[in-house]
Amino acid sequence: MSTPRVRLPRSAAAGEEIEVRTLIDHPMITAVSSDDPRDMLANFTATMNGETVFTYDFGNGSAANPTFTFYLRAAAPGDFTFVWTHEDGTEFRAEESVAVS
Amino acid sequence: MTIERRILLKAGAATAALALVGSAPLRADEVNAWQDWRDQILDEREVVGDGIVLGLPAVAENGAQVPLTIRVDSPMTVDDHVRTIHIIATRNPAPEIGTFHLTPSLTRAEVMTRIRIAEEQEIIVLAELSDGRVLQQTASIIVSIGGCAT
Repeated sequence: MSTPRVRLPRSAAAGEEIEVRTLIDHPMITAVSSDDPRDMLANFTATMNGETVFTYDFGNGSAANPTFTFYLRAAAPGDFTFVWTHEDGTEFRAEESVAVS
Repeated sequence: MTIERRILLKAGAATAALALVGSAPLRADEVNAWQDWRDQILDEREVVGDGIVLGLPAVAENGAQVPLTIRVDSPMTVDDHVRTIHIIATRNPAPEIGTFHLTPSLTRAEVMTRIRIAEEQEIIVLAELSDGRVLQQTASIIVSIGGCAT
């Protein structure tokens, strides 16, 4: 439940474009047309070397098991943090490193 | 805004069709929710162009998992980049699908995610640029099974 998965290249040259793919298992229950309690992620943030590079605010129209693809300019040292924050404040995190030379 | 007129005309036609078969017509606030959300994003600004390419299937079997790719032609430099991309549903129970915040660390203003589509409708995408200009693009979609059951 709520296990994040991230796909990044293992290494890249500084300034090179890298593709980032993320996926997290989450039902994203809006409770609009079901009796289940609301269970939604609020936002997703990707940081590279401590700097925010990409974020997303989830609305009711965001699908279950949210996935993103985006493209970054690799910068050394290539330390990435991905955080999914639930509406109740719970955080799900993934950390990855790309060897940037 | 021709697009708004078209959607309003469509909404009017749908309401008329529903009335004919005896169902309750759409409530005015449901029809207008997406317009309020769009007005809030625009904040008195005008849309200046449509330089956005949307990758959205014309027909989706499963409205719960519809892939959407958004590409804006932008150099993504500090001085000239796409700052925000909003996805708006015109006939979902709620108009807010999601909002991307981009930065010049990205090489392209191109993103992919999956969205929920409740019924046949037009999806509106607004892109706010770093100089404050706003672009808009729309795409129509038909779904076999609506995706808002949760």
